[in-house]
Amino acid sequence: MKFSLSWLKAHLDTDASLTEITEKLTAIGLELEGLENPADALRPFRVAKVIEAGPHPNADKLQLLKVDDGSNEPWQVVCGAPNARKDMVGVFGPPGTYIPGSDFTLKPAKIRDVESFGMMCSARELELGDDHDGIIELPTDAAAAVGTSYADYAQLDDPVINAAVLPNRQDCMGVRGIARDLAAAGVGTLKPLEIGSVERSGAGPDVRTDDPEGCPAFYGCTVTGLTNGTSPDWMQARLKSAGQKPINALVDITNYVMLDHGRPLHVYDVAKLSGGLVARKAKAGEKLTALNDKEYVLDESMTVIADDKGAHDIGGIMGGADTGSEDSTTEVLIECAYFDPASIAKTGQKLMLTSDARQRFERGVDPAFLDDGLDIATALVLELCGGKASDITRAGTPPTDMPMISYDPKQCAALGGIDVAPEKQKTILENLGFAVDSNWQVTPPTWRRDIAGWQDLVEEVVRIEGLDSVPSTPLPRKAGVAKPTASPEQLAERKARRAAAARGLNETVTWSFISDKEAAPFGGGTWSLANPISEELKVMRPSLLPGLIAAAQRNADRGASSIRLFEVGRRYLESTEHQTIGLVLAGENRARSWQSGAATKYGAFDAKAEVLAILEAAGAPTAKLMDFAEAGDHYHPGQSGTLRLGPKKILAAYGVLHPSVTKAMGLKGTAVAAEIFLDAIPVKKAKDHMREAFAPPALQAVTRDFAFIVDADLPAGDLVRAVKGADKKLITGARLFDLFEGASVGEGKKSLAVEVTLQPVDATLTEEDLKAVSDKVVASAAKLGAELRG
Amino acid sequence: MSDIEAIKGRYLEQIESASDGDALEAIRVAALGKKGEISLLLKTLGKMTPEERQSEGPKINGARQAVADAIAARKDSIETEALNARLATEKLDMTLPPPFAPKGSIHPVSQVMDELAEIFADLGFSVATGPEIEDDWHNFTALNIPETHPARAMHDTFYFPQTDDQGMPKLLRTHTSPVQIRTMMDVAKQTDGAGAPIYIIAPGRTYRSDSDATHTPMFHQVEGLVIDKGIHMGHLKWTLETFVRAFFERDDIELRLRPSYFPFTEPSAEVDVGFSVKKGRRIIGGDSRSNEGGWMEILGSGMVHPNVIRNCGLDPDVWQGFAFGCGIDRLAMLKYGMDDLRAFFDGDLRWMEHYGFDALDVPTLSGGVGA
Repeated sequence: MKFSLSWLKAHLDTDASLTEITEKLTAIGLELEGLENPADALRPFRVAKVIEAGPHPNADKLQLLKVDDGSNEPWQVVCGAPNARKDMVGVFGPPGTYIPGSDFTLKPAKIRDVESFGMMCSARELELGDDHDGIIELPTDAAAAVGTSYADYAQLDDPVINAAVLPNRQDCMGVRGIARDLAAAGVGTLKPLEIGSVERSGAGPDVRTDDPEGCPAFYGCTVTGLTNGTSPDWMQARLKSAGQKPINALVDITNYVMLDHGRPLHVYDVAKLSGGLVARKAKAGEKLTALNDKEYVLDESMTVIADDKGAHDIGGIMGGADTGSEDSTTEVLIECAYFDPASIAKTGQKLMLTSDARQRFERGVDPAFLDDGLDIATALVLELCGGKASDITRAGTPPTDMPMISYDPKQCAALGGIDVAPEKQKTILENLGFAVDSNWQVTPPTWRRDIAGWQDLVEEVVRIEGLDSVPSTPLPRKAGVAKPTASPEQLAERKARRAAAARGLNETVTWSFISDKEAAPFGGGTWSLANPISEELKVMRPSLLPGLIAAAQRNADRGASSIRLFEVGRRYLESTEHQTIGLVLAGENRARSWQSGAATKYGAFDAKAEVLAILEAAGAPTAKLMDFAEAGDHYHPGQSGTLRLGPKKILAAYGVLHPSVTKAMGLKGTAVAAEIFLDAIPVKKAKDHMREAFAPPALQAVTRDFAFIVDADLPAGDLVRAVKGADKKLITGARLFDLFEGASVGEGKKSLAVEVTLQPVDATLTEEDLKAVSDKVVASAAKLGAELRG
Repeated sequence: MSDIEAIKGRYLEQIESASDGDALEAIRVAALGKKGEISLLLKTLGKMTPEERQSEGPKINGARQAVADAIAARKDSIETEALNARLATEKLDMTLPPPFAPKGSIHPVSQVMDELAEIFADLGFSVATGPEIEDDWHNFTALNIPETHPARAMHDTFYFPQTDDQGMPKLLRTHTSPVQIRTMMDVAKQTDGAGAPIYIIAPGRTYRSDSDATHTPMFHQVEGLVIDKGIHMGHLKWTLETFVRAFFERDDIELRLRPSYFPFTEPSAEVDVGFSVKKGRRIIGGDSRSNEGGWMEILGSGMVHPNVIRNCGLDPDVWQGFAFGCGIDRLAMLKYGMDDLRAFFDGDLRWMEHYGFDALDVPTLSGGVGA
């Protein structure tokens, strides 16, 4: 809401400085968003008189002037304006002045060999209007003011305040409401409401409402025999300060009353109407071309104002293009109605149409201000355009009943945290227009439809008293030992994240939404936005990998040689969201080096190593995990896998990304990836700090190596598990350390070597003990078709 | 007599000039071997008179000992020389680089979330979460934003074609406030409507259909919620002051509360934080009234609206509290001096190397994020 200081002072009697006013605005919830003074740019210009005017020696269309601007010596000015002449008074910019309308700074210059100092200015050059046919001519009595700043002379020194009005404060969408708030906050006093004089005679117009829900009240009157024209300077200045362009007197009056009192009105040219006006529901498919020259197709939920021929106004939102006032208008019907806020909001949302009127009606205008609003507008029409006003026709009843709220002044301290004396609270509320009776039953004013409960009253008191004066009060500190405030899942996620970073992975945050094309290889997305910002950010990701692959590709394109990215975030599946860690490794695993030679690429086992380390950090029982295939179609079918707890509980999938997936996303070369399904990891049950009793074994562990010849397609993991299970008491570890395939082991065969760790419990192992264990290992392996290598 | 001394002297000379282990062994055999010269002399002691033995014994034994010691000493020194000679051939250029170890990093958003969790844990808050794909009721209606409320239009909501059981389209949460609703409802359910104190923060992803230099369609917010008995705006003010000062690790940070409007709080306040300018960059804290200093808005807050408490199944005449919401990305930018929000979501390794955090930079009270 923009308004000039002088406009504010038309409603507010105050000696407060501009700074006091603007600081108070922010303090009471009308935040100062901007402050400009149009006079600042015009301050260097002076009222000046042309004391001599003669022809330019070298140019027919130029004159040579001597200009007195109050300085010691008159200035010599070359001037091209046709209206420049001796004794005229105008506006002079001395050398060094910046000309806002032409965007340059005046310098002494030679024009056709004659020196010229400064300039007599046109309205356009000062951005005071469009006129550039000649220089500004001030009245001759302005000669007495020669030498004074033009900004002062023309009383342009009127700062424009831009205050942000909160969505619940419709009453402050007019200058008077802002003045009322300031007065309540101690900045001056609110002047009495001025309505102007209206003499009414003759029957009011034929208006009615057939839609009491959407338009509970429709008031109107006519003015006949008027002459439309331009509005006066004072009104134009105020409209301009609010950012409104003056159009004609009738339009300007409606805009002015809306901005002055928050009361939207509509003016119809009676000559363009057929019969009376009715507020009714629109017909399905009814069309209306609004003042913005756009055609809207309406439906039966919307309220329109119509005559016998059709709709001329989307009620409370925007008038129609064909019945508005023009310069030729001589008879008008002024509409002052009350529209239901909720139906205005719905209609506006459906039509995607915003307007100053909608903003006010949907927030709820003052239902008790219909007569005053109509009188103020009528008085202005009569004053500026002449004519005769009819009586007011009042159709329907505006909802002026306000709830009575039981209040206890102690509630201010209980909720607002500040003690304000009851008498002071009463004064604050009354200054804001509330009625407070002796039992603290409070009735809000009709313009405060946002007030519903005692909490709102506390807010009013605290807001006016000042939030700054609410004393800081420490929260009660709970007694006892601090309890952990993070859940086991949160702790696991934190550890997993830090473990990934410690392993040299860089954490990224990528968009939760991706394109259809990116989602497709990952099973596609179930959740596709109805109103995406673009096709690239449309589908909720079913996997973290597309975003990570895209990020890897961007890094590769920027020249990164080794890319190690991870992200902790959600996948969005049909039923729920799953917290997940995704990682992508691309480019070089090891750069070429003096020690290890050529660079190496990432392989599936690099992904597996990251997965196991991160799972371990997250507290997953990694020793119990089983290797499975079926990591998904986006992986290399032969170089990928899953790690599961039992056949169905998948904790992670990893492997080499399918070349067609990386290629489609523009990532060159081999890349590996993994996803760790954090919410599948069993949560460790909370237990006390005590661990199971343990002492390191007194006896030393021994190792024995076994090499087996097995079928080439036997998974090594199966053999290791068989070996480890051969003697559950003695064997504490089995680790595969060699894999060999070649002619020496036979076609379709491979050799696997396993190091077995034996931990004696009661006594050192004898040769017999060792032989017995060895036999068990060999026998267990034999069940898988493994033969001990000779 | 001079005989034994001469023998000893001769051997010691030989030992001194022996150049390797073999030569030394030959000397040992010649002097101290079974038939060695000194060993044979020792055997002569048995045939001597006690007087002779008394005078010759120590001399011969002394000579034996001296030669044995000299051999051991010489052996040591030969081995040391040999080792030194070998090490000298094993010299490496120690200016060569060691094997490369990749350096990982933590994203600033995660780091700030961990900092917030730590600061608020110190105040007794725990961390709550909720779904990002929300329904209309949790995101709007329960928060006192009915369908026709003008505030809805300001939320730039992303919608899905799928609907909830009320027939309303599902949506992406526009703020973390639905977590307030879910937490209060859970408590109401667990306590059968009796209620219990709630102290939570809820950090997470939020979405609005807005994209320009300072807005991204996805961003991070943290919600704070306190529901207890006798909680008022003074507590809200203290909590925010404590949090902001702990987060930026400065005592000289001023907060300015401005009356504001949110449908889900009453009274409501927007919170500005004072900044000063150092080397052309805005620093939170310091003299906000200095020439270049000023205020910037960092969060919205207020006392939870009684309708919201009621909507969650708790009694607003018993339970009262405050809520606040704050942009995490913006907090990170203000604290760590980033100026481009879009870079947060690009995954540029160069950016991460500069703005990321070490894995072991875990925020701790002792490290300076405590309240």
